Amino acid sequence: MAVASVDLIGIGKRFGATEVLQDVTLRAADGEFLAILGASGCGKSTLLRILAGLEGADRGQVRLGGEEVGHLRPKARDLAMVFQSYALYPYMTVRQNITLPLQMRRLSALQRLPLLGRLAPGGRALRAGITADVDAVAGPLQLSALMERRPAQLSGGQRQRVALGRAMVRQPAAFLMDEPLSNLDAKLRVEARAEIVAMQRRLSATILYVTHDQVEAMTMADRVAVMQAGRVLQVAPPQHLYDEPASIDVARFVGSPPMNIIPALLDETGMVELAGHVLPWHAQGRAGARVMAGIRPESLVPRPGGLPATLKRVERLGAEAVLHCALPGVEDTVLARVETAIANGLSPGGTIPLMPRRVLLFQEAGLRMECRPHPAATPAMEGALG
Amino acid sequence: MVDRLLGTLLRHLVLLAGAALMLTPFVIMVSLSLKPPGEIFAPEFRLLPEQWHAVENYREAFTRVPLARFLINGLIVTASIFAAQAATALPIAYALAKLRWRGRQAAFALVLLALLIPPQVPAIPLYIAMWKLDLLNTYAAIILPSTISVFGIFLMRQFFRTVPDDLIAAARMDGLGEFAIVWRIMLPTALPALAAFGCLSFIWNWNEFFWPLIAVQEERLMTPPLGIAFFNNAEAGTNWGPLMAAATVTTAPLALAFLLASRAFVRGVTMTGVK
Ligand SMILES: Nc1ncnc2c1ncn2[C@@H]1O[C@H](COP(=O)(O)OP(=O)(O)OP(=O)(O)O)[C@@H](O)[C@H]1O
Ligand SMILES: [Mg+2]
Repeated sequence: MAVASVDLIGIGKRFGATEVLQDVTLRAADGEFLAILGASGCGKSTLLRILAGLEGADRGQVRLGGEEVGHLRPKARDLAMVFQSYALYPYMTVRQNITLPLQMRRLSALQRLPLLGRLAPGGRALRAGITADVDAVAGPLQLSALMERRPAQLSGGQRQRVALGRAMVRQPAAFLMDEPLSNLDAKLRVEARAEIVAMQRRLSATILYVTHDQVEAMTMADRVAVMQAGRVLQVAPPQHLYDEPASIDVARFVGSPPMNIIPALLDETGMVELAGHVLPWHAQGRAGARVMAGIRPESLVPRPGGLPATLKRVERLGAEAVLHCALPGVEDTVLARVETAIANGLSPGGTIPLMPRRVLLFQEAGLRMECRPHPAATPAMEGALG
Repeated sequence: MVDRLLGTLLRHLVLLAGAALMLTPFVIMVSLSLKPPGEIFAPEFRLLPEQWHAVENYREAFTRVPLARFLINGLIVTASIFAAQAATALPIAYALAKLRWRGRQAAFALVLLALLIPPQVPAIPLYIAMWKLDLLNTYAAIILPSTISVFGIFLMRQFFRTVPDDLIAAARMDGLGEFAIVWRIMLPTALPALAAFGCLSFIWNWNEFFWPLIAVQEERLMTPPLGIAFFNNAEAGTNWGPLMAAATVTTAPLALAFLLASRAFVRGVTMTGVK
């Protein structure tokens, strides 16, 4: 089968009493790189396993290229999986590991027999074709020199590439990757990320990529699906997810350091009142309504007339610094991300005015509310908004 | 410090004494098999004979009764039993360790229960079954009752549990069926354990006396322990030298198997960490 789209429709799954997946609907278009991002235990792996046919769903449909495949066994689904543990066959060489999926697909049971298989009709040409395909995959992954080694004799990065090769060699309809890079050190992970993205572009492959690392999801994927406790919260392109989170949970989860979530009120005119200050941001809502204001650390800038923040601690990241501040009447620490030069002039205990350049509003229940800068904003504010 | 040293010394002395006690019968057996009849009943015991009679004793052992035949029978029986035990234990152990199915817990409990049943208990029903199948006095009569080893199932199941689930998932996605997974993925990772089990199975079945005694009467089908007993009867218990020679010959493969087993065990234990 050629590269295909993947649909999950209304998937539900429970293990005993725990509802692991609840009504999960996701679509990865033909050739799309879809990341599934979520905290540990939220059901990401279970979702991939259901898609692969390794686990049965209690409810819902799985479609591959538009066709229902829920009743098919894993091997009939034409999907390839890359596991977090790589799951290489320990007693086979690299070559045997990569060859096995092709042997299983292209050779008959007779042709696969250890010795007799070589005599079976047609086997020779097929075997030659398999060897050629395996070599073609091994070359770009820099595995050619390692083909006769066993997995135990490889480094982590090499094992990861073998796992990738074993998945690629079949040219599957889609790739399922379950945290394939989480066992690599930081430097290798960056390289491997680029490799996988390059591979995806080259093959224009459909990839469902499970990760709990938001940097991975944001840098690699065309779209990101954020999952929490067995539900899909939002599916959107990375930048959209960052700028326009649909709910407070997404806003909290995406972004590092995380978004400040500060309790606020709406006054009679619908302006946002936060820590005793009225901000020039406006929303539809009854007077006195309790809301949650979401402000990204980098959109809090020191500026006269801003919120009166008391500096507790400065965390230096090199080019930038994160200010840990307290706001009057606000329980949680508020984070502001500023250039190091600005942080240099500050000392803990001092007060700085912090002005938000952008405010997102959420209902108390967590859903996003519309919120616009107020037309009566001061000239200074408008400059900041630009 | 001195206490520790003394403790170690004491421990080794006790172990040595135990080992000596266990080894004595074997040493005597080998020693007697080398001596002429006159020396065997000499009042004081010597390890080595004054007059070597080894060749005569061993030749006698092989000619007076068909000892070679017994050895070959032993080999046929133990090899067939182990092949059958491996062929049944591996898939069953896989199903118990890695597949999810209703009644798995109960099935495993039955396996554990079966471990507790002494082999003599089902002997009579088995005898009747063999008789009804008209299999008495055949190799099949000796082999069939031992084809399923609950111990083998238990051992392999414990070993298979250490194999990561992802490995099996990967194999399923690569297109392997469940039996192919057992032979191509599980078996290679479990070879040391299987080898250890093979040695144990060999030792047990080589030594087995009770069931073959019931199942076969004909000399041409007898296994080594039966053969020795037969020897004893045939010679009215007088000819100790050749008897000990026959015993030595039939025990030698066991000693070899035991050495191999202890190595395989160590390897099996150190290789459980499949990663
Ligand atoms: N076979 C199973 N039996 C019972 N519960 C299970 C089973 N497999 C998974 N679970 C539970 O389902 C939930 C989701 O598991 P899953 O492995 O899908 O999480 P995940 O999002 O992949 O987490 P991680 O990032 O840690 O891999 C967990 O609470 C887990 O305990
Ligand atoms: Mg997981």
